[in-house]
Amino acid sequence: MKEIDELKFPEDVYYSKDHEWARKEGDLVTVGISDYAQDQLGDIVFVELPEKGSKLKQGEEFGSVESVKAVSELFMPVAGEVVDINGGLEDSPELVNNEPYDGGWMLKVKPAGADPFGKLMDRGAYLAMLKG
Amino acid sequence: MIGTTGLIFNEPLLWEMGAEGRTAFSIPARDVPELPLDAALTGDGPDFPDLSEPEIVRHYTRLSQWNLSVDSSMYPLGSCTMKYNPKTNERQAGLPGIADAHPLLPVALSQGLLRLMFELERWLAEITGLDAVTLQPAAGAQGELTGMLIFHAYHADLGGPRSKILIPDTAHGTNPASASLCGYAAVPVPSGPDGILDPETVARLMDDETAGIMVTNPNTLGLFEREIRRVAEIVHDRGGLVYADGANMNALLGVAHMGAMGVDVLHLNLHKTFSTPHGGGGPGAGPVCVTRALAKFLPVPRVLEKEGRFALSNDFPHSIGKLHAFYGNFGILVRAYSYILSLGSMLEQVSRYAVLNANYIKAGLRDDYHLPYDRPCMHECVFSDKRQLAYKVSALDIAKRLIDYGFHPPTIYFPLVVSGALMIEPTESESKETLDRFIEAMRAIAREAETDPELLHQAPRNAKVRRLDEVQAARKPCLMG
Repeated sequence: MKEIDELKFPEDVYYSKDHEWARKEGDLVTVGISDYAQDQLGDIVFVELPEKGSKLKQGEEFGSVESVKAVSELFMPVAGEVVDINGGLEDSPELVNNEPYDGGWMLKVKPAGADPFGKLMDRGAYLAMLKG
Repeated sequence: MIGTTGLIFNEPLLWEMGAEGRTAFSIPARDVPELPLDAALTGDGPDFPDLSEPEIVRHYTRLSQWNLSVDSSMYPLGSCTMKYNPKTNERQAGLPGIADAHPLLPVALSQGLLRLMFELERWLAEITGLDAVTLQPAAGAQGELTGMLIFHAYHADLGGPRSKILIPDTAHGTNPASASLCGYAAVPVPSGPDGILDPETVARLMDDETAGIMVTNPNTLGLFEREIRRVAEIVHDRGGLVYADGANMNALLGVAHMGAMGVDVLHLNLHKTFSTPHGGGGPGAGPVCVTRALAKFLPVPRVLEKEGRFALSNDFPHSIGKLHAFYGNFGILVRAYSYILSLGSMLEQVSRYAVLNANYIKAGLRDDYHLPYDRPCMHECVFSDKRQLAYKVSALDIAKRLIDYGFHPPTIYFPLVVSGALMIEPTESESKETLDRFIEAMRAIAREAETDPELLHQAPRNAKVRRLDEVQAARKPCLMG
């Protein structure tokens, strides 16, 4: 596992306390897990994602990731409807390890509510939480 | 190097050995006349290997030498209770009257077998402090499912089935799966700062929709749930039941009664606590013990005794039904019966030595490995890789290096509440000398982590195969030979 300083935390995403990230892309929000989360989990071997069209609340479980260590649940950083999922993760779950903010994205969500990122942290607040 | 020298035989597949026509036995001369066969019934025989007896014996002996097994070395796989399996148990299970008995023999010809089942049920009831027992479940997880079906049957019988189950974060990983399989939603209960359940947390989560709680005691941190009686009271007061995962029963034999703790349903793992063979997907046995009030829900058929005669009965209208063909994995029951009969009142010593051994290891390694919960432990102790991570050495590296020293690795990355967990359960089987060698090996590995981390990253170096690519095996499993 890496030190916090060796991990990447981009400025253009918001972070949840459960280590998911959310990025505004036009009218949609893209969702994945942070570099810290993938590093803690270790090599990811399977990603389970919801059906397109699922309507989920903030904090609700949307799927799971299985690593060589354990299976962990995934929680929605924003509320909304799942309009797309990253089908590439089925054959290449390692994308979550290698490119957590790019090729390893998991969901595209049509957010519900006016301020979907209200309860999330920016990079500074997330780093402060990690360094605790 | 402790315990290893390094010579390992390679061995080809059976079909790559031998020569056409070579055999290990002679077919007796035919003593009946030869008659023509319908052509539809004839054809090429099966593709068996052509081998001599020594080739076969050496083949399997060599393959067995590639393993680390409890017959070859200490096997401190936490949570699994890999104790030694006394050979006398195999001898009893192999007696012709037992091994050759057909499951459809009439009851009149099976009195000894039924008596064995009846007595084993009584003994397990006495050991656990509960009232009635089924021997049918084939393993621990099926025992858990049996327990959940009994929970459901109990609430349904009262007219109000419930939808949730409380499961502490220190419970066994199969518990939520068993509850889900029965249709319950698993509600996680966080353990308190000292690694055990806080009754107030349970009180906050327990409601009239919750069927009960699934507790592992001692829990997966190897700690005794001191508040179990208060927890049970809280759950009972709201109409719930208490399930105990008895997988860790090796800490409590003859020392504590599950019944007295307020437990309503408990499963035992005969292949852990009662020394029947374990692992490799072979048959196990997960008997379920219940209070008198729940006995009517147990699976059928049940063994009944009347004036010294034994019979099987399906006449239990509240029963959850049948869970396994015939009577469970009977051969495993025989081994557990033999084990209990061999030890008698000394069963209590089993648990005392198991707890002593785990605490001896905890004391022996505390200067070298991080101890996340520094309390006297029960039958297993949980360290973490926190100190070694400073040298980029993980629990996985430590576990793999232990193979080079001739020990089976401990359980790693479990329980989940400890990051980088190393969960060590020596069992009562190991002598002080073996424990000292294990501690010495673990200390040597801690030194290697500081001075030569690369050595650990490459471990094992002396085993038949080096570090296996577990990631690739999980991502792209090759399911063909």
